[in-house]
Formats: sequence, structure tokens, C-alpha cells
Amino acid sequence: MTTPTVRMFRRLEGLFCVYKPPGVHWKLTRDSIETNLLKGLNAAPAQPLPQEVRFLEQPNSVAEAPKGLTLSAASLPVLSKHHLVTGPEFQRIRVGVGHRLDAFSSGVLVLAVGNGNKALQNLYNSQATRDYTLEGEFGTATDDFSHTGRVVERSTYGHITQDKLERVLAMLQGANNKALLMYSNVDMRSQEAYEMAVHGLLGPEGKSVPILTDLRCIHFEPPNFTLEVRCLNETQKYLRKVVHEIGLELHSTAVCKGVRRTRDGPFNLQDALTHHHWTASDVMRAIRQYHTSKKNKKHSPEQIKDPGLQPPEENITACPQNDTNWEEAAHRVK
Amino acid sequence: MASSCAQLCLRCRSLLSSKTSTLTWQQSTQIRHCTAVSRVPNKILNGSSFISGNHTTTRARQIWKQQTCYYSDFSTKHLETEAKEYKHTEELLRTDVVPYKSPLLPIRDAAPVTENQMSLDLDAAAEFSALEEISNEEAVALSVPTALPPASTSLRDYVDKSETLTKLVQLGVNLWKLEQRPNVGSMLLRLNFNTDVAPRLLFLKGIGVEDSRLGYIISHNPFILIENLENLQARVNYLKSKKFSSETVVSMVSRAPYLLNFSVKRLDNRLGFYQQQLNLSASSTRNIIARLPRLLCSSLEPVKENLKVCEIEFGFKENEIQHIVIAVPKVLTANKKKLIQIFDFLHNTMKVPHHLIVKFPQVLNTRYLRVKERHLFLQYLGKDQYDPTQPNYISLDRLVSLPDETFCTELALATMEDFCLFQKTL
Repeated sequence: MTTPTVRMFRRLEGLFCVYKPPGVHWKLTRDSIETNLLKGLNAAPAQPLPQEVRFLEQPNSVAEAPKGLTLSAASLPVLSKHHLVTGPEFQRIRVGVGHRLDAFSSGVLVLAVGNGNKALQNLYNSQATRDYTLEGEFGTATDDFSHTGRVVERSTYGHITQDKLERVLAMLQGANNKALLMYSNVDMRSQEAYEMAVHGLLGPEGKSVPILTDLRCIHFEPPNFTLEVRCLNETQKYLRKVVHEIGLELHSTAVCKGVRRTRDGPFNLQDALTHHHWTASDVMRAIRQYHTSKKNKKHSPEQIKDPGLQPPEENITACPQNDTNWEEAAHRVK
Repeated sequence: MASSCAQLCLRCRSLLSSKTSTLTWQQSTQIRHCTAVSRVPNKILNGSSFISGNHTTTRARQIWKQQTCYYSDFSTKHLETEAKEYKHTEELLRTDVVPYKSPLLPIRDAAPVTENQMSLDLDAAAEFSALEEISNEEAVALSVPTALPPASTSLRDYVDKSETLTKLVQLGVNLWKLEQRPNVGSMLLRLNFNTDVAPRLLFLKGIGVEDSRLGYIISHNPFILIENLENLQARVNYLKSKKFSSETVVSMVSRAPYLLNFSVKRLDNRLGFYQQQLNLSASSTRNIIARLPRLLCSSLEPVKENLKVCEIEFGFKENEIQHIVIAVPKVLTANKKKLIQIFDFLHNTMKVPHHLIVKFPQVLNTRYLRVKERHLFLQYLGKDQYDPTQPNYISLDRLVSLPDETFCTELALATMEDFCLFQKTL
């Protein structure tokens, strides 16, 4: 039997993404979303109680009749089905978390509800790439590569130019490309490898070391700089370490001031729910939106081919435009 | 039922007759007696085997000697019942218990045999037959085994049967939460509504607690139902003697359900603690307790810690702490870590001096993320100006207490979408 609550839960099942604020553990994010969803689910009005016919003793008739007892039939609600006795219908929901974000970093965090967990598994088996923006600062080095850590070294950064930085980035990308080919487990001299490379499908199967498939500097203003990174199998700590190593490579030091994930597989910043919108109704809307966008993609298969055929540069430029959208808006406000 | 019984009778009879025919010669007086009985008219034999049908079912495979025992037993029944002359089958069925009990056995030979039979059929003899008619009085006297399970993990099985639980549900008590606490479920089940529960409820109603709050109070503190009535009265009287008005007492009791479970001495100690620690006057102590009665029920250790944090870590003076506590008593029960986090942000990042925080103590009671996001947004827009002597001053109070829409339109002069987009760049 499906109650309104169950029907509502069916509508909640699926994938969606949230924007995890910095300084919050991903578990806390997941738990607060679970409690919010439970609150929304159980707020539905309670079902009417089933009625049950019971025979009640009538004490007043005992005195009258010597035989002692009359029973009267009455229809009473079955209290053992009352919501105060049984508790809310849903006491926990399976909420799965996609690729993790540590407490220091922020950005798009993919979550799955109920059946969506299977889809989540498939999503990560398909080797989705992720985009990050890393904010770095030259001049110091810390023990945990972030700006909050203990400072272990200070250095000058006056000699660094954007040209030098980009040379280092190109070198790093070359090394990573080599690693990508090494981990892709295809014979490089085969037709298969050629076709995969044409479609941009070369990549490691399953686990591998973190691989940066794309690395660009989008903002340079010493001592601050911002990098945009597209990567596979990374951890946020590894990305901070990349910033640290770039600093060392430039004969200086650098710390990472922020790690922000702007895209995770098909999810990008536009879809992400900020923490004001972590309610059942907003999540439901986000899930429906994802479903419809996936259906549209299925109906038009030529569209899905296009991004694969395009060179990756074009793909990556699409994202910063989206990011800068809001900055433009802010300028308008000013 | 009847048809199966009849089948059994037939089988039994054929068995008996065949056995008698084969083994008559070897048997002694008992057998002779049996054969004698077998000459009894057919009709009665039918009846007798019908009677004994249910007894023989289980023992169909017993040895011949026992078979003969049965047989002789049937015969005794026969002889007895023959004298009575059956009117109809129901009576006949009812009498099938009687022969075992009655010592009036006409045949001497059968006497040891019936004893044997009794030892075999003790349990069958003690019970009524299912088909026997009983009178109304007997029916009432019968103890029907209840469907209640002797042990259960949930109160759900008992709710419909127990008057107390039924009434508690009707009051709005959250039984599913209570049953998760150790021993509370069995305690509730043992209560009698009329003698235990009703007087306490009437007492609570008597001091002025609203009906809608009763469910809340019991859901949080079921132990009030086993508290002594005199003690409850004494505690209410104590609170009133401390010049809490009766309305305040009611609101305190309904907001802090455990309040009445504290002994008068303990309540007195706690009131004294707050007055001494904060150096407050009696009236302002009453004020903060009336606004946050939870202070009296919760542990005092975190309160002491928070006071020390305010004094040593934050560097507030004693009168400043007093002012903060009187304005926002919740600071005392706040989480120490969160308090430190938010003060750190206010003082070190937003550069708000102490006297401004004292002026708007409400900021210590807000969420860290809320203050942080709003401050960063204002900072991005170049509007983070919290000094009242400068132009474009933004008061801390307005910064934290306004809802998001008003904050965006009035303080940040931006739209809600901008704020949302800004949050995604953090």
C-alpha cells in the first residue's frame, strides 16, 4: 500500500548536487540534508486510523442484571497504528555521497537519495572528470599546503611572471598526459587507441594516481593566482600539493587559499543548491530537473556526441563563462 | 469435524473387531468379557465407538493389550450409558468424560483397566470438550488467554489493550520516542491510569498548564508520572515563594519538563549558583530563569565553562558578561566551540570591538555560516562598515537578525540571486 509519504519519497529518489560551503565536513552536509528530507517527508498529514470493532463491557448493567454482563459493540480506531505510537514512517533515508570534498574545500557535492545510489555508482564507474578552481598565493609555504597551516617557509615572489607560471603549468600537464596514456591500458600503436584518443575517451580504468587532464591559469596578480584544473581520481589534498609544487618549481613557495569544485561529471554550479535550499521541495525540483535534462540528452543523441568530438579546450572555456556570469551581475549591481 | 470423527470410529471399530476375532482364544476373562460385550446391540456399539473416537486417535498403534483395555473401557461406558438411555448425541458426547471420573463401574475386571486409562488420559479428562454447552456464568468465568505478548520491544503491541497507554496517546504523548529510552516502556505499562496518571495530570492542570502542553511534558519527562504528588506541590510552592508569578511557573514547567523532578534543595542550589556566579540581583536572576528555565535543569559544568571562556578567552569584563547574559541567556548553554568560533570571526576577521559585541549580544547567538556569508558579501560589495561613528554604518543586530530577502534589499542593496551566486563562489 502506498501512502502519500511513500509516493513523495519516490519523487525524491535520484541524483542532485549541493554547494558545500567551506569549513563544513561533508558528513555534516549529508546528515543535515537527510534530516531536512526526513522533516519534509514526515510533515505530510497522517493517514486516518483504521477502525476496528470491539466489544466493550458496560459496567452499569452489571448491577441491573443478575447474569452480570452486557457487551456493546463499538467501532474504535486502532491506536497501535497511530503515528505517535509507530513513529514517523521514514526514520532514515539512504543518502549517498559522490566524490568527497574535505572540510577545507567547497563546491559541488553530488548526493543520491534512495535508488539514486545505483546511478551514483554508475556515474563514478564511468570515470567522470571534475573541474576545480584553485586559489594560490606565493610567498609562504605551510605544512598542510593551505593558508591556515603552520608556516614553514617564506620566500620572495617578485621574479615570477605569468609567462614563467604558464611554462611550469605546461610542463606539469605534459607529465600528466604521459601518466594518462600509461594508465589507460591500451596499446598506443593500435587503431583502438587512436579512436579513443579522437573521442577523448582515453583514461585510466578504475583506480589510478590522480591525473590532471587540463591545467590553466585564469588569473594572475602576484602574489595571488587562480588555476583551473580538470582532473581524475584526485583528492583535494593532492590539488593543494600541486599548488605547493608549482611554487617550488618557480623557485618560490606557494600555499593554496581555496579549493573549489565547479563541476562534477554532469553537475555544475548552476544546478547546485546552496544551504538555504536544502529542503525537500527544492531537492525534489533539482532531481526532476536532472531527470528531464538526462531524458533530453537521450532523445537527441547527436548532441551528446558533440562535446566528445570537440577539442577539450572549448569544453573548459564554457565553464569559466558560467562562473563569471555572476561576477558580471555583481558589477551591474555596483 | 463430524465426518472425520465418524471415519475414525469406523476405523477403530474394524480394528477392534479384527483383533478380537484373531486373538480371542488366547485371552483370559477379559477377552471373554469383551466378546460378551460385543453382543450388545449394534446401535449402542456404534455410539460407544463414536464416544471413544477421540481417545483412540492418538493411540491407534498401541499393542493389543491396551486395545483390549480400551475395549473393556468402552464396554463399561456402554453398560453405564445403556442404563441412562441416551436421548440425543449431544448428551452422549458430553458423557464421554464422565466414565473416567465415576468409580461406579459395574464390572470388577475392568477396575484396574480404568485406572490405567486414567493415567493415560489425565490431560484429556481435565479439559472441557469443545462441543459441550456451557452456561453464561461459566462463559464469563472462563479466563480467555489474552493476545498480549509477554515481552515485546515496542509499546505498539500493548497500546490497544492498556488504558493508560490509550489515554496517553490521546493526550499526544510521543510513545515511540519514549519506548526507546531504557525502562520507560515497562514503567508506563505498569502505571494505572486512574490511580497514578490522572492525579498528576489533574495537578498539572491545577497549576494552569494548558492541555496542549501536557503531551509535550510527558513526552519529554515521563518520570513526572511516578513523582510524589506532595513533592510536586512543594516544588511549585518553592518556586512561588521565590516570587515567580504563577503564570511564570506555568510557562517554566511547560517549557522545561524536568523542572518539577528536581528536589527543592537542588532547585535552591541552582538558583543560588546563577545569582552568585553572575553577581545578579534577585529580580534579574528571576528574569533569566523565567526566560530560559532549561538553565535550572541542565548541567552546570558547561555553564561554568562558558563563563570562563567569556571572561578569559574573550576578555569581557564582569559587568559586560552580566549584560550579555541578561540580554541573551542562551549564551550560557551554547556550545563552547561554536561560541569561540563566532567570536573569533567577529573580533578578528570583522574587527568588531568588544563594546559593540556587548551592545548587540544577539550576534553571539547566531549561526557562524550566516554571519560569515553575509560579512563576505558585504565585504565584496565594499559595504562592511560596522563602526557607528562612520557613514554607511551597518549595525550588527541588523546584520544577523534580518531574514535573507530583507538583508539583500536593505543592507546589501542587491538581489537575492546575486547573494545566491555569491555563496557559490565561496
